[in-house]
Amino acid sequence: MNRIQSKLQEDKKLLSIYFSAGYPRLEDTKEIIESLEKNGVDMIEIGLPFSDPLADGPTIQASSTQALKNGMTTETLFNQLKDIRETVSIPLIIMGYFNPMLQYGVEAFCKKCQEIGIDGLIIPDLPVDVYNEQYKSIFQKYDLINVFLITPQTSIERINFIDSISEGFIYMVSSASVTGSSSGFGDEQTSYFKRIADMNLNNPQIVGFGISNNETFTQATKFAKGAIIGSAFIKHLSNFGIDKIKTFTDLILKNK
Amino acid sequence: MTYNINNKGYYGEFGGAYIPEMLYPNVEELRQNYLKIMAEPSFKEEFDQLLKDYVGRPSPLYFAKRLSEKYNTKIYLKREDLNHTGAHKVNNTIGQILMAQRLNKTRIIAETGAGQHGVATATVCALMGMECIVYMGEIDIARQAPNVARMKMLGAEVRPALSGSRTLKDATNEAIRDWINNPVDTHYIIGSVVGPHPYPDMVARFQSVVSEEIQWQLKEKEGTTKPDYVIACVGGGSNAAGAFYHYLEDTDVKLIAVEAAGKGIHSGESAATSVLGREGIIHGSKTLLMQTNDGQITEPYSISAGLDYPGVGPMHAHLYKTGRAEFMSITDDEAMKSGLELSQLEGIIPAIETSHSLAIFDHKKFKEDDVVVINLSGRGDKDLQNYIDYFKL
Repeated sequence: MNRIQSKLQEDKKLLSIYFSAGYPRLEDTKEIIESLEKNGVDMIEIGLPFSDPLADGPTIQASSTQALKNGMTTETLFNQLKDIRETVSIPLIIMGYFNPMLQYGVEAFCKKCQEIGIDGLIIPDLPVDVYNEQYKSIFQKYDLINVFLITPQTSIERINFIDSISEGFIYMVSSASVTGSSSGFGDEQTSYFKRIADMNLNNPQIVGFGISNNETFTQATKFAKGAIIGSAFIKHLSNFGIDKIKTFTDLILKNK
Repeated sequence: MTYNINNKGYYGEFGGAYIPEMLYPNVEELRQNYLKIMAEPSFKEEFDQLLKDYVGRPSPLYFAKRLSEKYNTKIYLKREDLNHTGAHKVNNTIGQILMAQRLNKTRIIAETGAGQHGVATATVCALMGMECIVYMGEIDIARQAPNVARMKMLGAEVRPALSGSRTLKDATNEAIRDWINNPVDTHYIIGSVVGPHPYPDMVARFQSVVSEEIQWQLKEKEGTTKPDYVIACVGGGSNAAGAFYHYLEDTDVKLIAVEAAGKGIHSGESAATSVLGREGIIHGSKTLLMQTNDGQITEPYSISAGLDYPGVGPMHAHLYKTGRAEFMSITDDEAMKSGLELSQLEGIIPAIETSHSLAIFDHKKFKEDDVVVINLSGRGDKDLQNYIDYFKL
């Protein structure tokens, strides 16, 4: 069983954290991952930086741009993660846009992920049908789970289709927005979370976009299996550096 | 083999819709409806009427006598520069605003580089009384002040794109983000044959009026609908798509696409995508684009703001890959010289984009009886300062 699948079976709400690899400094990647695990994070999305991240707001784009300036490349990231499984055991997902993977070679990319011990990929701009027709067998060959997104605008029919081809969890985008834009969830989001929960899908849902503190984390996980935090964590890194990761996770999980 | 789009939204291996799920409902709504709407008699009637009475179509097909004498061949200029707002761009914005109305959208967004598409969008929004937001790179706002002023005069809001390289590609990113944030009431008027399917096809169809007119106009003048060559400049490629459209499958008609070589193809400051680009994904489309080995999109350069896009539309990628169109590249200096030449031989000041296509006569010899049609995509008013500075006039 893939690490993502085992993690999803644990009887708890999952906290997943996204950050841009190579930010704030090129060499921080490994230390951030280790520190997140140590401080109670259940799963990590390692952002592969891209020059033109269409689905991301200003915070993630800025960190991505800085990471590229720092010299981050696909090869560099793979080198940094080479021995990550000696120290880290939680699920690791690489999240990035499709073009850098296409240039690396999709199969070579997947193979490398498996060698390192990456468990899944999130590729916002790889359409579901293209994945299904062209890449599914490659992902499966290297035991990688591809995570798909749904939004409040996604039709029931399409949600059911996405559920049918998902093998881990569904990434539930909280509202019609790019990353890092909303503050707090209103009735509209709550009823959307509930509506999806009531569909009793095969795959659990993890909510992303707009989660920044304990309150939004609690709201999001009332109906969903877990939540993903990206922009708020990156802001924390920008403000306080990588030594203060515990302050952030404590805030989200309300640890004292 | 077809050179046009297939029913899956691809030109050969290029095209498709590589978009985040957040954009899926908007793009899918458009995909399901655009052909149906364009085929409605009331749509066609309104589109044709506006092109005639508002844009001033048909644009003349002008036999350029002195230019023809100089290069010893028969050169016709398709005068898109005479359209309202000064370029071919308005053909597409008229079509898309009518499309937006029929999809019950109330808010329009657009991206612009040099500002020509922004002005054409602001114009049709004023015409239809719709809210208009134009994203423009902060750097472009500074260097294209007259067009920024035009958009404001027309009632549009110009929002600076502050991310990345702060030029056209970033303005496009910002417009796409706006669409993600406003999925219900907003239509995104893309200005070229780029972006996710169905945009490249929809924009090409709206621009295809150019080659439709060339066919009958040439018939009147030369007794044939077919020129030997059709030549157009390519940034994203909308004017070329329009000029090529009705000749795509007719291989008797040779197609030439002219890209901007900037300061020289290998100078590091160029926008010659067919030479410097590789297959990849940009703005939701699989096509040729300029990028690093690592797949990061790079910033192109051309003296002409309308040609410095790091990709080409998927139709052009296909025309390049199949050899259906010949791709040539012209430097800043060659283009500027040809712009001055046309001004003084024919009394027509062309946009610098268009000047690139005029420069190919120094690179390629045509036969005396060849009929060569050049799409004169825009007028040079917007570029006067550039010409003045360049020639120290």
